[in-house]
Order: sequence, then C-alpha cells, then structure tokens
Amino acid sequence: MSPQSHPTTTNDAAVNEIRRLIARHKTWDGLFGLLGIVTLLSALLVFATLFGQMLVNGLPHLSWEFFTSFPSRRAASAGILSAWVGTVLVMLVTTLVAVPLGVGAGIYLEEYAARNLLTDIIEINVTNLAGVPSIIYGLLALGLFVYQFGLGQSIAAAGLTLALLILPVVIVATREAIRTIPQNIREGAYACGATKWQMVAHHIIPYSLPGIMTGVIIGLARAIGETAPIITIGALTFIAFLPPSPFGDAEHLLSFEWLLAPFTVMPIQMFNWISRPEEAFQANAAAAGLILVVMTLSMNAIAIWIRHHFRKKIKW
Amino acid sequence: MSSISLKYPPQPVVTAATTVQRPVKVAANLRRRLTERSIETLLLLAALVSVFTTLAIVAILVWESIVFFRTVPLLDFLTDTQWTPLFDDAHFGIIALLSGTLTTTLVALLVAIPFGTVLAIYLSEFAPFRVRELAKPFLEMLGGVPTIVYGYFALLFVTPLLQKIHPGLPGFNMLAAGLVMGIMIVPYVSSLSEDAMRAVPMNMREASYAMGATRLQTALFVVTPAALSGLASSYILGISRAVGETMVVAIAAGMQPNFTFNPAEPAATITAYIVQVALGDLPHGSIGYQTIFAAGLTLLLITLLFNIIGHLLRRRFREAY
Repeated sequence: MSPQSHPTTTNDAAVNEIRRLIARHKTWDGLFGLLGIVTLLSALLVFATLFGQMLVNGLPHLSWEFFTSFPSRRAASAGILSAWVGTVLVMLVTTLVAVPLGVGAGIYLEEYAARNLLTDIIEINVTNLAGVPSIIYGLLALGLFVYQFGLGQSIAAAGLTLALLILPVVIVATREAIRTIPQNIREGAYACGATKWQMVAHHIIPYSLPGIMTGVIIGLARAIGETAPIITIGALTFIAFLPPSPFGDAEHLLSFEWLLAPFTVMPIQMFNWISRPEEAFQANAAAAGLILVVMTLSMNAIAIWIRHHFRKKIKW
Repeated sequence: MSSISLKYPPQPVVTAATTVQRPVKVAANLRRRLTERSIETLLLLAALVSVFTTLAIVAILVWESIVFFRTVPLLDFLTDTQWTPLFDDAHFGIIALLSGTLTTTLVALLVAIPFGTVLAIYLSEFAPFRVRELAKPFLEMLGGVPTIVYGYFALLFVTPLLQKIHPGLPGFNMLAAGLVMGIMIVPYVSSLSEDAMRAVPMNMREASYAMGATRLQTALFVVTPAALSGLASSYILGISRAVGETMVVAIAAGMQPNFTFNPAEPAATITAYIVQVALGDLPHGSIGYQTIFAAGLTLLLITLLFNIIGHLLRRRFREAY
C-alpha cells in the first residue's frame, strides 16, 4: 500500500497520518482487551477469595462428627445432622411437586395451548413470577400454607414454597427443550396413528428429557440455597432432633408423619451460626457454607454438562 | 424409525364388512377420547398453578395490607421518616426502610453495571472462542452460589477489609452489603447484556469493519447503540434483583431501620425488616404481623414496576431486527 508510484510529500504525510490514527485506535483495542481479561480475572479472584476464605475457616471443622451431630450450644461439638436431613426431605417434597407441575405446564403451553387470551395470561404470568423476589414467596407461604392450610412451620410448607419458587425455572426449561424438537417428529407419530398424548408421551417427553433435567437441577440448586422464604415462614428454631422416619413400622410401610414435622435446613443453620456473636460459631458457618457451595456448584456443573453433552449429541 | 412403526400398528379400517366389531370399536374410541381429554385438562391445571400462585400472592398481600391500613393511614405510611412498629411509640414510615433499600441498590449498581457491561462487551466482541466457552459456565456458576454464602462473605470478609481502609466503619454497614450484592448481580447483568449484543446481526459489524473501524470502535459505536434497549433491560432487571435481595443485606447491613442515604451507616432494607420480624415470634393477626405484608406489598409493587419496564425494553430490542 506504500505510495511508491506518487512519492509526493503531501501524500506521504496523509498516509502517515492515517497510519498513526490506525495505530492509536489499535492500541485502544488492545487496552480494552486487557481490561476485559482483567475484569474476568477479578471475577475469578473474588470467587477464589470467597471459596478460599471459607475453605481456610471451615475445612478444619469438617469431620464425620460434623455430619452426624445435632446443633449444640458448644460450637466445637455442633453439627449439621438435623440440617442436612431437613434439606433432603424438603428437596424431596419440592421435587415431587415442582417436576410434575412444571413439566405439565411446559407441555401444555408448547403442545396443547391454543393461541388465546388464557395462554397469553399464563405466559405473562410465568415470566413475571420468575422476577418476584423470593421473600415474597415466603410471605405467600406464611399466609397461605402456614395459617390458611394449617400446615404450620413444617417440611410440607417449606417444600411447597420452594416448589412454587422454582416452578418458572422448570416451566421455561421444559418449553425451551420442547421447542428444539422438529415438527416432522410429531407428524411422523401422527402418521402412524398416535393420539396426541401418545405422541407427547412417546416422543416429546423422552426427547426433551435432557433439557428438562437441566432445568430441574438448576432449580433445585437454587432451592437448596434459598434462605429468605424459609425464614419468613418462621422456621428459624433450635432443632436438635430428626423428623419421624419416612419408612414406617411393620404395619405401615411408608409413614407421612415427617411431612408435618418441624425442621431446619442447611442455609438456615448457617444463618443461625453467622448471627451468633461468638467467633467459634463462625467456623461452623464456614464449614456449612462450604458444603452448600460445593453442593450448588456441583449441581450447576452437572446441569451445564448435561446441556453441553446432549446439545452436541443430538442432531435432528 | 422402525421402532415407531412397530409402536403404532395401522388400525384396521372400519368398513361395512367389519360392522360386527363396531360396538367394541366405539367403546375403545370413547375411552381413548376420554383419556385424551382428561390428560389435557390435567396439563391445563398444571399450567394454571402459576396463575393461582400470582393470584394468591396478590390476594394475601392486599388482604393483610387492607387490615394494616385500617390502623395506619396511608399518608403516615408514605411520609413518616421513622419505622418503629414494635415500639410503644409506634411509627410506620416506609421511607426509613426505602432509604436502606435504595442505598444498597445504588451501591450494588455502581459495581454491577460497569463490571457487567465491560464483561459483556469483552465476551461478545473481543474474547476468543475458547475463553468465552470457559467464562460463560463459570459466570453461570458464580450466579448459582447461594445468597447466604454471599452474606457470610460480606459480613466476615468484606467488612473487616473495608474497616482496614476506613477504621471508623461500623460492623454492620450498607457499603459492604451493597458491594457484595453488586458482585452477585454481575453475572446476571453480563449474561443478559451479552445476549443482547450477540443478537445484533453480524452484517452491522462487517459494515463497520469495512469502513475501517477497529473492534473497539465497532463495539462502542455500532453494537452497543444497537443493543441499547437490551442493555437497559439487563440493568433494570438487575435493579429489580438488588431491590428484592434479602440475605446479604439482612446479614451485613444490620436490621435497624435508619433513615439515611449514607452507605457507611447500618440500616434495614424492606427485605431485612421482613426477616427481622420473622425471626421473632409475632402472634398471627397482630399489627407487627401485618406490617410485613404491607412492606411486602411495597416491595412487590417496586419490583413489578422494574420488571415490566425491563420486559418492555427487551421486547423492543427483539423486534428491532
């Protein structure tokens, strides 16, 4: 591009001017690229600090006894037995309620719903519910489940609350998964004489399963860490016992007494320890936090992996 | 596809010759239609649960608030600057809680918007494919960390750190809570903003490059303006999250209502107040019990407003291309 054919001085000057201009702008390009990397690294650093700080404070406290002891007034012997059992039972209720409702709603909206006012209302509703702060769900649960339904501060009340909270996540994931299934799969099923439900049950649900699972796992990861709605239903109490076993005695194979039992969950136990003035309890909080973070992060990682893996595998 | 054809063997065609089988056929058809109908109804009911949830939220908040506003005039609620509903000298000025919510939200936005936007521009316009593929799941996971853990981080790491810089800072302060809340919202803002920027068609960038613009010029003067309503929507949805965030402020900003806009002071937000009341043992139906529903209704209205604006903006940017 050098102006060898017309080596006039004015041309040279102009070209040099343009080159300098380009060089200057390229420098800015490089600087912004650097800024981007620095920002990304600082996000990484913040996360490393958060995790590292909890690791340093909490790891010495993590032992087998920590998982098998009840909370106690003495920090050293306090554990999370009632908390993790409570979390498992609450998540069980949440899953059993949220998955059928969420998947059903997603299937209805994608496969059955006619384009009418009702469908529009449901769709706008789901979008808006996803933006409602979690503590509002706590107030709903306090007024509806705890007092109107008379469930009290029980595992059932907490499980139902968290199920409503993650419902939009499951619905949206189901719809997105169903939307990627091409139309000719449906037409093929109909052509073989399938009814609508046969088409949905034999094709739509199996093919959208990875997407649905991703949504369910992400929703449950969120539910495990939710603290505010459970505090709001009034479940911050000292629980040093386990709910009745779901596997009943010889007469009844399954017992449902545990549904109405008082409980505590991991984030509540952690909140309890954070708000104690004694420093010894903060190590307990760090240990509980460590477990929570590892649990939610691995659930998210599994979800991301499922999505990534199946997106690569399925080629319509 | 052979498995499909095996699953649905062709149904025998009903003709005059097969009339003997007709009653059986009709019964089977009827049963089939009934099953289909009842399944559709069940699915519709599942979809309606979300509508019932919304109705129940509104009904409960409004119902308890009506009882509350019978005792406390709306004017006092909106103009009083003290919030002491559990004292003998009870005041019900929501402003004292709104100031806390507003201050922590502002601090959070000062962190989340610059960092989120730079990250979005970098990931969408600058980052090599590999970096983006690694950074996106990482940010997604960062957004999945439970808020209680961020609260712990704010109280036991960020506050002591800030106290080293500024020794007079109280143990509970809105600054640490706001900063951590901002960090928490960065992944949210950056991923929504990046989606908006990636939705800008490639040929706009190519046109810009053809005119001799560099990457940064293209990013700042072509892509950003084109994605502006999407960016704005991500900021507004970020605000709505900051306003509704509970555990970080309840842990790190203290739970004392305090009419102040100074981030170095402790103050309660609307959400922190609800937590504080829930921690105590208030009898069902008392005025203290009703205050949390009035506070909750205020919170719902604020977030609803921001969510509606955010979605309107997003719809606009979707329709642009």
